Amino acid sequence: MSVAMTGDRGVSAQPEAIPLDAEELKRARAAKIEAVGRWVIPIFVLAATVVLWDRVCVWKEVPHYILPRPGLVFQTLLADWSILSIALLNTLKITFGALFIATAGGLGLAILFTQSKWIEISFFPYAVILQVTPIIAIAPLILIYVDSLTAGLLICAWIVAFFPILSNTTLGLNSADHNLQNLFRLYGASRWQTLRYLRLPSAMPYFLAGLKIAGGLSLIGAIVAEFVAGSAGSGSGLANQILEASYRLNMPRMYAALILISFTGILIFLTMTLISHLLLRKWHESALKREV
Amino acid sequence: MTAMVEKKMQETPAQSAPIISLKGVSKTFSNGTVALNNMSLDIRQGEFVSLLGPSGCGKSTALRIVTNLTGPTSGKVEWPQERANQKEHELSFVFQEPTLMPWATVFANVWLPLRLKGLSRKDAEDRVMEALQMVGLDQFAKSYPRELSGGMKMRVSIARALVTKPKVLLMDEPFAALDEITRFKLNNDILNLWETFGWTVIFVTHSVFESVYLSNRIVVMAARPGRVVNDMPIDAPYPRDESFRTSSVYAGFCRDVSGALHAAMGSGEEH
Repeated sequence: MSVAMTGDRGVSAQPEAIPLDAEELKRARAAKIEAVGRWVIPIFVLAATVVLWDRVCVWKEVPHYILPRPGLVFQTLLADWSILSIALLNTLKITFGALFIATAGGLGLAILFTQSKWIEISFFPYAVILQVTPIIAIAPLILIYVDSLTAGLLICAWIVAFFPILSNTTLGLNSADHNLQNLFRLYGASRWQTLRYLRLPSAMPYFLAGLKIAGGLSLIGAIVAEFVAGSAGSGSGLANQILEASYRLNMPRMYAALILISFTGILIFLTMTLISHLLLRKWHESALKREV
Repeated sequence: MTAMVEKKMQETPAQSAPIISLKGVSKTFSNGTVALNNMSLDIRQGEFVSLLGPSGCGKSTALRIVTNLTGPTSGKVEWPQERANQKEHELSFVFQEPTLMPWATVFANVWLPLRLKGLSRKDAEDRVMEALQMVGLDQFAKSYPRELSGGMKMRVSIARALVTKPKVLLMDEPFAALDEITRFKLNNDILNLWETFGWTVIFVTHSVFESVYLSNRIVVMAARPGRVVNDMPIDAPYPRDESFRTSSVYAGFCRDVSGALHAAMGSGEEH
């Protein structure tokens, strides 16, 4: 703006820009600070925590087999990458496999439930029972009965992950606008058309909220199942690495595996948030920016 | 009342055969409320009929029974001009709310009735755009409902009703939630479209002024139990416009209809 002001004062025909008053400037600055701060502050807090962690280890002379310094954890992460990456891959396979089955199963069951009241009455209690029984209690049984380790792990992770999708989608399918339902009836829509053009789109925000929860839960389910299975060898995941490292008091590797699990969880969450945003940004209230 | 008798009766609607015939229709809800008591009404082709009454007089229920969204407890609705085996009536319904699908564009919302009949986007495009043009929204085909004002949403809703080229248009207090300026504008639009297409319209409202402005026949209803108490012709000539809205003839009709409505409400409270 200063360029325009000093540059050409002779041309007075141009209307001068209305100067922003102090209040507006303050508000604009606050908005800018908030936009930057949203990212910078959490990163700064994380960095500060890591530094503090490092300093505490040095000041208190904590031995690395009790609490390794962050630098050592990072070194271990790189040094053991060949082992950890295989474990990470195995855990990811179970996590996303379970999430996929949970999504398909949860969605399918929800559709089935809303098509027939009797099916819902018959099976919904069992979905609840599966949900409320702690997975750690059922996992040993499942792993005994199921021959394939991968299948056993998948089933465990699926049980944890499918319920939020099922219950959210059922709620969503049932909350289609009543006037719109009447409209569909008036125009003689078939059951399938009502599902496809009305109920499924209405359920979309609910389904996506369920998916967001299920993404995190499928990772938790996979890790818990791995702990119970406690297997070493080709199928072992990050949880097995943590177990094994704990037997050997290999604290740096435990931390390295833990960090990988956390990062996976964060990535899943961000991916789900992005998917949800992309699908809803055009129309749903949750995705709209409000003018204050 | 005398002003009304002196007016020349409009010939066409009164003489033609009924298109919808309610015969002794009653509706009692499961909680025991009598929503409608023995309502008989003949709607003739080309009429613009307003069902006018206080809330709880069963006017919306009557409309829902006509559309078959709910069945009568006793009595029946006949469509004398239709084939006996005709499954769907050629009618469209405009709700009090715009009732648009928020996830779909304006185009897709108007396309819906045709889509449900199996028309592809390509086959439906001309008719959808034509309907949007009639309500002046062809520029907004790609917009989403949330980007539109209340009046524009209502127009989309009307375009969706138009797109099937119905014979009968049922409107359930369609403009009740709109501001007066928008409402006047849409009143005129509806009248123009009605004159162009020669629909039969049943219009539910609780506004005396709106019903007089629009209709050539007002059915006054009373509550507890919901019933018809008066059937008044409004035989002012069409086209009606702003000059009609400010004329003494209009004021006279409003006075008459208001009187009938108040009499109906008074008699309702005695019970």
